[in-house]
Formats: sequence, C-alpha cells, structure tokens
Amino acid sequence: MSALLRHGRYVLGENPVTAVAFGLFVVLILLALVGPSLAPHDPLASDTVRKLEPPSARYWFGTDQVGRDILSRVLVATRLDLAISLSAVTLSFVVGSVLGASAGFFGGWTDRIVTRVTDTIMAFPLFVLAMAIVAALGNTLANIVYATAIINLPFYARMARAEVNVRREAGFVEAARLSGNGSARILTVHVFPNCLPPMMVQASLNLGWAILNAAGLSFIGLGVRPPTPEWGIMVAEGAAFIVSGEWWIALFPGLALMLAVFCFNLLGDGLRDLIDPRRRT
Amino acid sequence: MSAVPLLSVEDLSVEFRTRHGVVRALERVGFSIARGETVGIVGESGSGKSVTAFTVLGLLPPAGRVTSGRAVFGGLDLLTASAGQLLEYRGRELSMIFQSPRTALNPIRPVGKQIADVLERHANLPRARRRDRVLELLARVQIPDPERRYHAYPFELSGGMCQRVMIALAVACSPALLIADEPTTGLDVTTQAGILDLLGDLSRTAGMATIMITHDLAVVAERCDRIVVMHAGHVVEQAPARTLFARPRHPYTARLLASTPRAGAKLADLTPIPGAVPDLRGETTPCRYRTRCERAAAVCDRPPLPREVVAPGHVVACARPL
Repeated sequence: MSALLRHGRYVLGENPVTAVAFGLFVVLILLALVGPSLAPHDPLASDTVRKLEPPSARYWFGTDQVGRDILSRVLVATRLDLAISLSAVTLSFVVGSVLGASAGFFGGWTDRIVTRVTDTIMAFPLFVLAMAIVAALGNTLANIVYATAIINLPFYARMARAEVNVRREAGFVEAARLSGNGSARILTVHVFPNCLPPMMVQASLNLGWAILNAAGLSFIGLGVRPPTPEWGIMVAEGAAFIVSGEWWIALFPGLALMLAVFCFNLLGDGLRDLIDPRRRT
Repeated sequence: MSAVPLLSVEDLSVEFRTRHGVVRALERVGFSIARGETVGIVGESGSGKSVTAFTVLGLLPPAGRVTSGRAVFGGLDLLTASAGQLLEYRGRELSMIFQSPRTALNPIRPVGKQIADVLERHANLPRARRRDRVLELLARVQIPDPERRYHAYPFELSGGMCQRVMIALAVACSPALLIADEPTTGLDVTTQAGILDLLGDLSRTAGMATIMITHDLAVVAERCDRIVVMHAGHVVEQAPARTLFARPRHPYTARLLASTPRAGAKLADLTPIPGAVPDLRGETTPCRYRTRCERAAAVCDRPPLPREVVAPGHVVACARPL
C-alpha cells in the first residue's frame, strides 16, 4: 500500500499535467460532496426582483432569468453531473469489459454474438440512440444513466476484446495454463489486468464524454428536468439570453462543464501511469 | 532404465490444417523417458521438437489435431484425458520451461506472486508458509536477495534471472517430468551453464525426469542420458548419448554432428547439411530426409519407413543406416 502511495507521489511529481488533472479531480469530488453546503444561496429560490443581474459581489456568477443564484446552482449541480457520468461509465466499463474480454478470450459464438450486438449499437448515431432510449423508457435519472452506459458500451467491449485477443496466446497465458489454471482464472488474473492500462485511459476520456452526453440530453429537454440544477439545462436556459447580452447565465455552467471534461481527459494518462507497473522505474 | 517408463509417447501423429493444405507435423513419433532420466530432443528448427512437447502437454493450437498415438504418463493417456484431469496434472506432475522467459511471465504481476500462484493451485500450504516456500525456491535457483526479488516485476529482471524464475515456477511443486524447451537460448554462456547445472541438480536430487529440447548438440552431449534426433516430424534416431556421439547410424545424425563446431575446428572443417527441412504439405516420401540424403537409393522410396533396433536402446529409422 505504501509502495502505491510512493508511486502515486512519483507519478504526480514527474508529470505536472497529471498533477493538475488530479488536483482538479479532487476539487470536483470535494465540490460534489460538500457543494450544497458551500452554496451561498438557495439554488432553487427565485427572486424576480433580482433577475438577470450581472456578476457582482453579492452574486459572483450573476442571477438567471428568474433571479436564482448561478454560483449556487453551478456548485449544487456538480454532484448530479458527476454522479451520472461516473455511474454510467462504471456500468459500461464493467459490462463492456466482461462481454468484450470473454468475446476476445473464448472466440467462437460468444465472440460472434458480442460483436454483432456492439456493431448494432454502433450503427445508430449514438446521441440519437440515447435520446430514443430515454424517450422510450421515461425521463428519469436512472434511465439517463442506462442510456449513457449503453451508448458507451461498444467502446469498452471492443477495446477489451482487442486487448484480450492479442494476449490470448501470449507466453504467460500458456505458462499459466501449464501450471494448471482454468480459463476463468487465466482471464481474470493474468489476461485482463494486462489490458487495464489502455482501458483506464478510455474510461477517463469517456467520463468527460458522458458528462457532455448527460448535459446534452438535458439541453434538449430529455434528461434532468428543470428546476433541478444541472449544467446542461443551465447552458440551455442561458443560451437564449446570450444574444441580449446576458452572457453569464450560460457561461459559468458551461465553464464548469468544460473544466470537468478537461480534467477527465487529462486524467487518463496519469491513471495509466498509476496502474501500469512498467511505468514504475 | 526402469521397466515402466514415466512417460511413453507411442506412434504420435499430429497434423495442422493450414490454408495451403494439411501439414503432417509429426508422424509416428515415439520415445519414452524413465523417472529421473534426462532425454534430449534435438533437430533443426521446424523438425517438430516443440510441437511434440506442446502435444504431450495438451497445448496444441486449435489448427492442430492429433491423428494417432498415445502419450501415457503414470497410467493416464494425456491425449485423451479430460480437461479437469489435465488441470490437476499440469503444474504438479508435468511442467514446462518456455523458450522465452520474458514472455512466459505475466508482465504486470510480481514474480514472487506468480510462483505463489502455482503453490496456491497445487500445494496444500497455508498462506503464511507459501511465501517462505517461494523465497526458498528463489534462493534455490540462485537468485540473489530473494526477499527483494519477490516483489520485482519481470521487466526489472535480466533475461537470465527471468529464466531462473521460470525454473523456480516450473519446479515449485516438484513435478515428475519437466519439459525444457530451449531453456538456454538467448542466454550468455555462463548463465547457460548455471541454468543447466541447476536443472541437472534438480533432477538428481528430486528424481525429476527432464526432456530437454534444444538444437545445441554440445548441451545434450554433456547433460543428457539419451538423445532423440528429430527431422521433419520423424524421430530418425534415438540412442544413449554416448553411443549416438560415438557411432551415429542415421545419415542425418552423422551430418548433424559433422556440422557442429568444436574447439580447434576450422570453418572449412564444418560441413553444412544440404537442402532445407522439406515441405511437409500434402504427400511426403516415406523417409523425409531422402531428398537431402547422399545415401538415398530406390529402397528408400518403399514404405513404410523402417525402424531398426541396431543395439539395445538404439533405434534408427533408415533403410540404409551407416
């Protein structure tokens, strides 16, 4: 454990970009945990007298068309956005890895079925597919997570399949087989861990994409419903006011969204360095 | 040699279905090995040495198919054994050292853990004892500072060290039979000698039988009790090591010995074997060495390939032996 911590310090020290990304990630997680108690105002309380106020000492990020504090709403929304993307990515990572890894390892019918299913999913424009799923299943939080997970599934399944496939006949797999290991054990102990580094990069890039996807769904009105604070909806609501000069309504949630996506994208390399022992020199 | 061999391979034929037709990679291969004995299998690349080993261990790739023969190990035919039976035998009774130690170790698992995995699978040891046993094994294969190496990853070790780890892994459960596929290829001469000494030592002290697959005749001359010479999927000659070197009977063996560098020999003294390992696709002549053989005659085209016992334990597959 201490070796892992030492290694973590080394990776962060070696690569400042990774350090920045991890710092940002920690901030995001903290905001998600304590955001609501940091918010200076009630994110749902409207005050029509103070509507559309530009950023000021009282309202750092200004107020929106019904006088709600944008800073508070951006802060509170962190938890929801992170929760949606993290759970969707976890879900597609787990399901996709299991499906893809078994397809790559066992080949034959398992492979054919998994490949066809993922091909079918990929045949749709993914965002439209997500829209369709949410529209068909109903506009709930769980369904947004499922929809995001389903459209991400093919990426993980394909990647896991490819990574496992190239290692299926590796020397160490034969060696493991020769020491009396069954297929399941070989796959889980020897093959899959070797595929993790590239998978982690994919997962972290995907987190940003999942956030954008959830925000996109909310933006077009499927997804999280107003007045719940969520970055996508806020951008959607603010978009109408940009023309008339009230830029702050869309800018700040958009900035939050951008920072989160940026952070996840940078995180990928660092994560790979962390879990790949070959980088521990 | 004891009466009941530990492993006896009889009449083993293996073919590979390829895009360009069926390749008969092994044809009626037979040899046996007794407990504690060291047998060397020698031959050019592509002569079927590794295929023999992989077949015996049940690791033939999907394109390969055993068309005849048996490989009886301790009363069990390994070729027809169920997957479950094989899992019990592998690692505990049978084990193997691979050609390239670097690829045969899981790159992202500490080497000590990998050895512990085998013990966990087969040896009935409590968790706490397992670690001690791994350290013991590492020390036995002469890895300096086993405590530290336990946590090392394969990429942090030299080739020779990886090979030692492989050996420790292979002998962890004191197998009855160890197959060493080119155990010293790519290692420098001192490491090579060290590893061979180690293997010899293990087979003496633990009564472990060893099949050593190599194309290094010097190695087999020095380390093996008996030698099996393979050419193009046939066993062309087998004999006790001393006899084979003193009086080879198969033209191929004779050529093989003549083409091996010795101290004091000049380059001009070495005679290469003409031609290459023949194409094994489709029909082949009864004797697959025929096209390269200077003693070839009409009798060589008459099937089947003879198998003549010229002396006790000395078998030659040639119609016109030397």
